[in-house]
Amino acid sequence: MDMNEIKEIFFQECEEQLAELESGLLKLNDGDRDPETVNAVFRAVHSIKGGAGAFGLEDLVAFAHVFETTLDCVRSNRLEPSQDVLKVMLKSADVLADLTNAARDGGFVDESRSRALVKELEALANGETPAPSVDAPKVVAKAPEPVQAAPPTDDSGFQPVPFSFDSFGDEEAEGEGEQVFDITFRPRRELFSKGNEAALLLRDLSRIGEMSINCDIDGLPALDAMDPEDSYFGWSISLKTKKAEEDVRSVFEFAEWDCELTVKAAEAAAPAADLPMVPVPFDLSALDEVSGPAASADVSAAQTESDASKMAAAAARVEKKETAAAAAAAAQTATTAAAAAGQTIRVDLDRVDRLINLVGELVINQAMLSQSVIENDNNGTSSINMGLEELQQLTREIQDSVMAIRAQPVKPVFQRMSRIVREVADMVGKSIRLVTEGENTEVDKTVIDKIAEPLTHMIRNAVDHGIETPEKREAAGKDPEGTIKLTAKHRSGRILIELVDDGAGINRERVKQKAIDNELIAPDANLSDEEIDNLIFAPGFSTADTISDISGRGVGMDVVKRSIQALGGRISISSRPGHGSTFTMSLPLTLAVLDGMVVTVAGQTLVVPLTAIVETLQPEATAIHSFGANQRLISIRDSFCPLVDVGRILNFRSVQANPVEGVALLVESEGGGQRALMVDAIQGQRQVVIKSLEANYTHVPGIAAATILGDGRVALILDVDAVVSASRGQSLKPEMSLAATG
Amino acid sequence: MKKKVLTVDDSRTIRNMLLVTLNNAGFETIQAEDGIEGLEILEGANPDVIVTDINMPRLDGFGFIEGVRRNEKYRAIPILVLTTESDAEKKNRARQAGATGWIVKPFDPVKLIDAIERVTA
Repeated sequence: MDMNEIKEIFFQECEEQLAELESGLLKLNDGDRDPETVNAVFRAVHSIKGGAGAFGLEDLVAFAHVFETTLDCVRSNRLEPSQDVLKVMLKSADVLADLTNAARDGGFVDESRSRALVKELEALANGETPAPSVDAPKVVAKAPEPVQAAPPTDDSGFQPVPFSFDSFGDEEAEGEGEQVFDITFRPRRELFSKGNEAALLLRDLSRIGEMSINCDIDGLPALDAMDPEDSYFGWSISLKTKKAEEDVRSVFEFAEWDCELTVKAAEAAAPAADLPMVPVPFDLSALDEVSGPAASADVSAAQTESDASKMAAAAARVEKKETAAAAAAAAQTATTAAAAAGQTIRVDLDRVDRLINLVGELVINQAMLSQSVIENDNNGTSSINMGLEELQQLTREIQDSVMAIRAQPVKPVFQRMSRIVREVADMVGKSIRLVTEGENTEVDKTVIDKIAEPLTHMIRNAVDHGIETPEKREAAGKDPEGTIKLTAKHRSGRILIELVDDGAGINRERVKQKAIDNELIAPDANLSDEEIDNLIFAPGFSTADTISDISGRGVGMDVVKRSIQALGGRISISSRPGHGSTFTMSLPLTLAVLDGMVVTVAGQTLVVPLTAIVETLQPEATAIHSFGANQRLISIRDSFCPLVDVGRILNFRSVQANPVEGVALLVESEGGGQRALMVDAIQGQRQVVIKSLEANYTHVPGIAAATILGDGRVALILDVDAVVSASRGQSLKPEMSLAATG
Repeated sequence: MKKKVLTVDDSRTIRNMLLVTLNNAGFETIQAEDGIEGLEILEGANPDVIVTDINMPRLDGFGFIEGVRRNEKYRAIPILVLTTESDAEKKNRARQAGATGWIVKPFDPVKLIDAIERVTA
């Protein structure tokens, strides 16, 4: 391991500490006053500072130091963690994260912001109350001095020392001339009880010069009166050295409280002349044999009292158990601590993925084996069959457990959202608190990585458009502080994420007008409230009259919807005017397996993701209507829906099949448009293991991936969105077609 | 025979630094992540010296030192406190808990080894 690797570990650790810091601060913000929460917050910053110091990351050290000092005030109850104080701290946590990123790969740090925060933190530490204004830090951003304004050399004597493994070396700073010191040294019993050793101190002294030493044994009592743990000896030493008095004293640095020590420069003329005892040359090797009566007495005491020590050790063990039990109890009381205290190991993601892949193969292989046994075993009662059933169950359990390895709590993503709420709310002058629930709900890591972006967008939207300004809220008789609630929970094998704001709700008049202006709907369209609400997901829809810096950026909710759908998820909205809106996202727990409808198209077996299918129906001849040259529509209840022949789109056949002979799958695709996909027959519904095609075949239009079915056949998984959008142009690019597959 | 050092620190960064520094200097190193684990490991490890951090979850450095000093078998073992806090109050508390000496963090490898050499025979 070299410094770069350790540095990488440091940054990983910083990420964890920053998450810990933020969640702790949020807990405090919610009124948690558990000292352990404060300690955890303090430790996080402290730890970052410690590591940063070792790598000479001075900006980080300087900021962390100021932050830590203020946190220490909270820890020692000198500063009450009020909402205003925590606001400053949460912002400081954000800056600390920025500084960490900057140190890692040169990310952006708003220096005026960090300077302003340093001032605010220092003011807090000095007992000044913060200005309870929302955007206080912006005003004080003109402080002239750099971040290092608070140099880390301070009352605690902390100084960053850049760390290097190369710096082992002799740095003997030779003094001018030799000098003789008279030293008297008399240890007290505490010196030994703290693990110091008089003999070792004398050894160190002997290394810095030439010395002669006398042992004063006058205090030694008779054997029967002797306490083996006490200290009875004193030494007078005459040391001839080139070192200064300070260096001589520094030998006793660890022991000076527990001994009587005098060091003074002797008269150069008469070194050791008027010592009352006869000088004896000090022999270092003697140390190995006997290390002074007091020390050896200590050892033998421990040995002879072996019974007592066994008992004491047992007592210590009991005590230790009690400590552990107390710690466990404490962990249980804190809702999240239980998860944090669990034992973990770090595993390279590649290894987990390889395992998942192998288990996928195992599942397929087991299904194939079952199928061939069933085919060759008519009565189905043989012991092989029984064994296979058990195997099937075991395989499923293995699969579930392996998937669970990749599962992670949504907590980190949720935590990132709280920062976004803070920043955007600050920017638009609103006061909003984010409440999160179910952060420990677990979902596949890939899903977590991919929901962050749409979620960020939705949160920005909720802050910018959903929640009203404090004035408007007060006028409407609401709490001037808005609330956004983010919840995650498991429901029937999927994860449900809800984003609830208590804002004004969807302005349906405006949404409808906008949709008409953008020609998304006809001016006289008769839409239900729900349909109007869902218009915000239509492509090219944006309600803000001017695109704002915050939620604008040319990205609309349609993009959010599309990225959720790309994950095999769905999103919907419900809104109550004056009371707020609720966005509900439902996502698969993993992207490695998929619930699919297995269908036949022109002799090929395809899998259609179940999440895309709204309903399946058997078209009747009367319901099919021709439209233009080769477009067909199907009437479903009282609306028309374009009919798309999957076989034709994928170029499996050159003429459209007769819809009456097949089955229509009503699917919903990006932008909320519905299409009826024509397939020849439905084989059944099945959970399939997704195998990427891209590594071997690059991207194939219309096909999302492949899977291997129980009978060993490869089946392609249909990319519903691509098929639907291709249906607008009637066919996928011919050169990319799959006509040759087969 | 190699001297055995038990290090107790919750920071992965610092643990790795200690490990590299101590191994380079020819020590055998065993590591714990907090005071409770430190006390558990201590039982079978039989180290020659302990280096511990102060701020740790579950059981901090002060509690850990007191725990070691209460253990008949290990109460005379030298314990060095490794911490960024070098102010007198913290030092004093560590000493009262029974620490032998201290090293200011971020530690200089030379000073770390030096301090270990000073308290071990």
